[in-house]
Amino acid sequence: MNFITLFIALIIAAITYGTPLLFGTLGEILTEKSGNLNLGVEGIMFMGGAVGLGGVFYYEKAASSPSGVLAVIIGLLCAFTAGAAASLIFSFLTTTLRANQNVTGLALSIFGTGIGQFIGEYMRVREGGYIAIGNMLKGYFQNSPFPVFLQKIPFVGGILFGNSIFFYLALLLAGVMFWYLNRTRSGLYLRAVGESPATADAAGINVTRYQYLATVIGGGLSAIGGMVYITTIAGCVWNHEGLSGVGWLAVALVIFCMWRPLSAIWGSILFGALMILYLRLVIPFVPTQLYKILPYVVTVIVLIASSMRNNKEKQPPANLGLSYFREDR
Amino acid sequence: MKEKKTPLIRLAKRDGLEGWKVWCIRACSILLALALGALAVAVTGANPLQAYGAIVTGALGKPSAIRQTVKIAVPLLGCALAIAPCFKMRFWNIGAEGQITAGAIAASYFALFWAGRLPAPALLVVMGIAGAIAGGIWALIPAFFKARWNTNETLFTLMMNYIIIGVVRWLQGGPWEGRPGSQIIPQFDAAACLPRVLGVHCGWIIVLLLVVFMHVYMRYTKHGYEIAVIGDSMNTARYAGMNVGHIMMRTMFLSGAISGLVGYIVASGANNTLYDGVAGGVGFTSITVAWLSQLNAFAMVGISLLLAVLSKGAETLQTRMSVPASISDIITGILLFCMLGCEFFINYRLIFRGKSHKEGGQS
Amino acid sequence: MTALETVCAIELRGITKRFGEVAANDGIDLTLNRGEILSLLGENGSGKTTLMNMLSGIYFPDEGEILVNGSPVSIRSPRDAFAYGIGMIHQHYKLVDVFTAAENIALGLEDKGRLDIKAVNEKVSGICRRYGFDIDPTQKIYNMSVSQKQTVEIVKVLYRGADILILDEPTAVLTPQETDRLFDVLRSMRADGKAIVIITHKLHEVMALSDKVAVLRKGKYIGTVSTSETNPQALTDMMVGRSVTLNIDRPQYENPVRRLELKGVTCLDGEGVKRLDGVSFTALGGEILGIAGIAGSGQKELLEAVSGLYPVKEGSITYAPPAGGELDLVGRTPMEIRRSGVVMAFVPEDRLGMGLVGSMGMTGNMMLRSWRKGKGAFVNRKDPNELALKVWKDLEVVVPSTEFPIRRLSGGNVQKVLVGREIATAPSVLMCAYAVRGLDINTSYTIYNLLTEQKMKGAAVIYVGEDLDVLLELCDRILVLCGGQVSGVVDARTATKDQIGLLMTRLGGKEGA
Repeated sequence: MNFITLFIALIIAAITYGTPLLFGTLGEILTEKSGNLNLGVEGIMFMGGAVGLGGVFYYEKAASSPSGVLAVIIGLLCAFTAGAAASLIFSFLTTTLRANQNVTGLALSIFGTGIGQFIGEYMRVREGGYIAIGNMLKGYFQNSPFPVFLQKIPFVGGILFGNSIFFYLALLLAGVMFWYLNRTRSGLYLRAVGESPATADAAGINVTRYQYLATVIGGGLSAIGGMVYITTIAGCVWNHEGLSGVGWLAVALVIFCMWRPLSAIWGSILFGALMILYLRLVIPFVPTQLYKILPYVVTVIVLIASSMRNNKEKQPPANLGLSYFREDR
Repeated sequence: MKEKKTPLIRLAKRDGLEGWKVWCIRACSILLALALGALAVAVTGANPLQAYGAIVTGALGKPSAIRQTVKIAVPLLGCALAIAPCFKMRFWNIGAEGQITAGAIAASYFALFWAGRLPAPALLVVMGIAGAIAGGIWALIPAFFKARWNTNETLFTLMMNYIIIGVVRWLQGGPWEGRPGSQIIPQFDAAACLPRVLGVHCGWIIVLLLVVFMHVYMRYTKHGYEIAVIGDSMNTARYAGMNVGHIMMRTMFLSGAISGLVGYIVASGANNTLYDGVAGGVGFTSITVAWLSQLNAFAMVGISLLLAVLSKGAETLQTRMSVPASISDIITGILLFCMLGCEFFINYRLIFRGKSHKEGGQS
Repeated sequence: MTALETVCAIELRGITKRFGEVAANDGIDLTLNRGEILSLLGENGSGKTTLMNMLSGIYFPDEGEILVNGSPVSIRSPRDAFAYGIGMIHQHYKLVDVFTAAENIALGLEDKGRLDIKAVNEKVSGICRRYGFDIDPTQKIYNMSVSQKQTVEIVKVLYRGADILILDEPTAVLTPQETDRLFDVLRSMRADGKAIVIITHKLHEVMALSDKVAVLRKGKYIGTVSTSETNPQALTDMMVGRSVTLNIDRPQYENPVRRLELKGVTCLDGEGVKRLDGVSFTALGGEILGIAGIAGSGQKELLEAVSGLYPVKEGSITYAPPAGGELDLVGRTPMEIRRSGVVMAFVPEDRLGMGLVGSMGMTGNMMLRSWRKGKGAFVNRKDPNELALKVWKDLEVVVPSTEFPIRRLSGGNVQKVLVGREIATAPSVLMCAYAVRGLDINTSYTIYNLLTEQKMKGAAVIYVGEDLDVLLELCDRILVLCGGQVSGVVDARTATKDQIGLLMTRLGGKEGA
C-alpha cells in the first residue's frame, strides 16, 4: 500500500515535470519534420517562460478582477508569440539565407536565454522585487480542471484527473499532431519536405513555405513549454536556474521518441520521472545525482541502436540539418 | 530561363567576390548588429551610446578590466581552435562543452589527489596531459560510432555534454565533496593552480601557442590536408586512398584533446576548482566563434576578444546603468545572427528581374 | 484514321534552346499524335533530353512554339506541364524512400484536407489493373526494385491525369524481362489513346515498340520516319551521319606488349544488378584502346573495377608491369593499384565529384597523388607546386595562380588539371574517361596529343570516349560495350562508324566478340 501511494505520487510528479518537456518536444518534432534542426529550443523556452510570465503578470496588474481562464490564454498566447518570433529569426537565417543550422540554432540559444533572463530581471527591477502571480490565478495554472470527486477516485483518480490543464492540452496537441502528420495531405507533404526537399519541390510543393510554417509554429509550441515550467513547477516566479537545461532535454526526447508525437507522451513522463527520481527513490549503488543523466544516456543508446539496426523507418528525417537550394541539383 | 513570369529576385551561387568586398559586407553586418543592439539597450531607457561606451571602458578601461576580459576570451579561443578541424571536415561536433568538462574532471583528479605527491611543475604537466586525454576520449566515442555506423554526430555529441556535466554534479555532491553538505569541491592546492603571467593565469600563453599550432596544422601538415580533402569531397578522399573513418576519429580525438586542455586551463587557472559550470556555455559560443572566423585561427583571436569584451563590459553596464548583464547575450546573439546572415550575400548573388537574360547562359 | 488524329497531341515548331554558345536544340519541328508511340532517337548529346525537358517545364525554349491539342501554350513549370496533361518520367526517380507507393503518388496535388490513403490506394490499384502494372500501393519505396520504382513514377504521372507521356531512357535500368513488361504496358496505354514519347538509343527497342521514329543529331532535327518503312541500318545512318575527318595524328608503336588482361570480370551494383557481365579483353602497352558504348553501358564500372574502387564479383584482372612479373589487381586497395602504375583519370558529369578538390588550387590538387610522400608530419608542397607550374605551362591552363580554387575554373581547365596530374605520374596503364567532355576543339587536340605521347612512351592507354569520329582516328583498337558486356573489338584503322554503331546497339552482336 505504501509502495503504491509512493508510486502514484511519483507518476503525478513525473507528469508535472514531463508536461513542459512534452510541449518543447512536440514543437521540436514539428520543426524537425520539415528538415530544420533548431537547436535553439533552450533559448526559445526561456523566451516563452519570461514572456508568458510577463504577460500574465501585467494582465493581473491591469485587470481589476482578473479572470483565470483569460490569464491562462494570455500566458499561452504570449509564450507562443515569443517562440514563434524567435523561430522566425531561425527560419529566415537558415531557409532564406541558408546559414548553417547548427550554428544558427546555438546562436538562437544564446540570444533566447539572454532575452529570457533580460526580461525576467528587467521586470524584477522595474517592479521592485519578485515578480509573482497572485494565488487565485496560480490555481488556474497549477490545479486540475476536473471536479474534485473525479480526482478522488482511488489509485487512478489522481493520475488521470489530478494534473494541470496544460497536461491535457499537451495530450490533445500530441493527438492532433499525430493526426496531422499521418492523416492529412498537408502532413504528408511536410514529411516529404523533411525527407527529400528536391522530391517535394519537383512535386510542386512549396518547400520554403512548409519549412517556415513548421518551424515557426513548432517554435511557438516549444515556447509554451517554458511558460508551463515557470507557472507550474517554478511557482509562477522567474527562475532561470530551474528552466536551464529543459530545452536540451526536449531535444533529447525528440530523438528518444524517434520523432513520433504519441511516443513523446510516455517519453516525457519517463523523462519527468528521471528528473525527480532522486528526490523519491534510492537505488542501491547508483548515486542519486546520476539519475539526472539517465535521460541523456538512454537517448544516446536509442540513437546508437537506431543507427546500428539501420531500420529505414526509425531514422531522423533524411534531410535534417541540411539546407536546400534548388539549383544545387 | 523563363521569360515572362521570372520571379522578382532570383538566386545564383557565386564564388570569388573580391576580398575587400567580402570584408565590407562583414563590417556592415557588425555595424547593423551594433545598431540593433542599441535598440535593445534603448528599450531599457538607457542611452545606447553611453551604454556602448560603458561596455568598452568596462572591458578595456583599466588593466584589471583587461585582465578579466582576457580571462573570458581564453577558453572561447581555445575551444574555437579545437572545433575548427572538425568543422573543416564537416563533422558537426557540438560536444565541446562536454569535452571541456571531461578534461577538467581528469585534471581535477590529479589536482585533488596528487598535489602532495608531485612537484608543482610536474603536477601541472600531468594535469594537462590527463585533461587532454580525457577530452580526447570523450570526443572519440561519438566519432567511433559515426565512422562505424554513421550515427548522427550532431545529436550524439550534444547528448554527451549533459552526461559528463551530470557526472560533475555527482562528484560535487558525492565522492569529491569538500565540507559535507556543501555540494562544493574544495579549492585546489596552490601547486595545482596555473601560475600567472602579466596578471592573468598563463593559459593565455598556451592558447596563443595553440593558435599558431592550429594554423600550421591545418595549413601545412598531412593531417590538415586530409581533413581539407574530406571536408570538400568524401569521394575524392577515398579515391586518393584516405581512410576516412580513421581520419575522422583521429581528428575528433585531437579536437577533444584541445577542448580538454581548455577544461584544464579553466579549472586550474581561472576557477581553481571544479564545478558543473566549468564549461558554462563556452563550448557552444566557441562554435559560433569558429564558424564566423571561417575556421581561420587568427580571425578567431579577434572574434573571441570581441565577444569577451561584450560579456565583460555588460557587467559594468549593469552596475553603472542598471541594464541587466544579460544584455551581453542579447547583443552577442544579434551579432551572430547578422554575421551568419551576411555570409549569404557573400556566397549568393541576387539577380533582379530584367537582368536575367544575361545570366541565363551560364547555367 | 479517326478524327482524333487530325489534331496533333503535341506539335513543336522551330524550337531552339541555347546554353551559352552551344545550341542544344536548333530549330526542331516535331509532331505527336494520340494513340501513337514515338521514339526519339539520337546519340549522347544530340539534344533529346533537352527537347523533352522543354515539354515538361524544366527548361523554357529560347525560340519556337509549342502547341498542345492544336493551340499554342507556354509551359513554365512542371505544374504547367501537368495542367496540359504532359507527364515526364525522368531517368533519376524522385521518390521519398520511407513513403509508400501511394503516398508518393499523392504528393503535391493539393494540400488541403484529409489524406484519404484508402481512396488513393484504390485509385492506384485501378490504374494498375487497367494497364497491367504489378505494384502494391502500400509497399514502401525502399523495399522496391528499380523497375517497381519506375512503375511508381509512371503511375504517378497517370494518376495526375496525364495523357501525353514522355519516358527518358526507361529501359536503361531494366532487365530484358522487365523491359518486355514495360513495353506491354506502353502498348496498352497506346490502345487507350495516350500519346507516348520514348527517348532511347537502343535500335531494337525502337523497332519493337514504336510507330514513328524521330532522329536528332547534334541538336538538329534529321527527320521522322515510320517504323514500318525503315530498318536499323537506315536509322543508324541517320543517327551517326557521315564520317568526319579530324586528322588526329596516329603514329604506330613498335611491338606492343600485353599490359593488362581482364578475364570474365563481373560486377554487381548495390541493387544486385549486373553492371559488368563477363568482360574480357587485353590492353597492350603502346596502343590506345578505345572504349565505345552508349552511356551507362558499364564504362565507369569497368575503369573503377580496374582501379580497385568497384568491387569485382567474379573474374580476374591481371597486370603485367614493364619491369616484368604479373600482379592480380582484384582485391587490392586503390592505393596499391595506383602505386603499381595503373592510374585513372575519370571526368564525371559534375567534373569535380571524384578526383579533384574544388576548394583547393592546382598545387593542392597535385598533392592528392603525393601527399603521403616524405617523412614527418608536414606535407611537401614544393614538388606538387613545381608539378602544378609544369602542368600550367605545358597544358596552357588558364588560371591566375596555382593557388586559385579550381572550382572556379572553366570545365576545360579543370580537365587539363586532372589529366595533367595523372599523366605526370608516368603511368604504365592510363585510363581516361570522357577527357574531352565539353571542351573546345583546340583543348581536345591538346589532350589527344598527350594521350598519344603516353602511348609512344609504351603506356597502355584506355580511352573511354563519346564521339565515334574521335575514337576511330585516335585509337588503335576499339572495344564496344553494350549492357555491361563486350559486344565487339574492332581495329580502329579499318572499322567504320556504322559497324561500331551497330555493335553499340547490339545488332552486330556476336561476331566481333
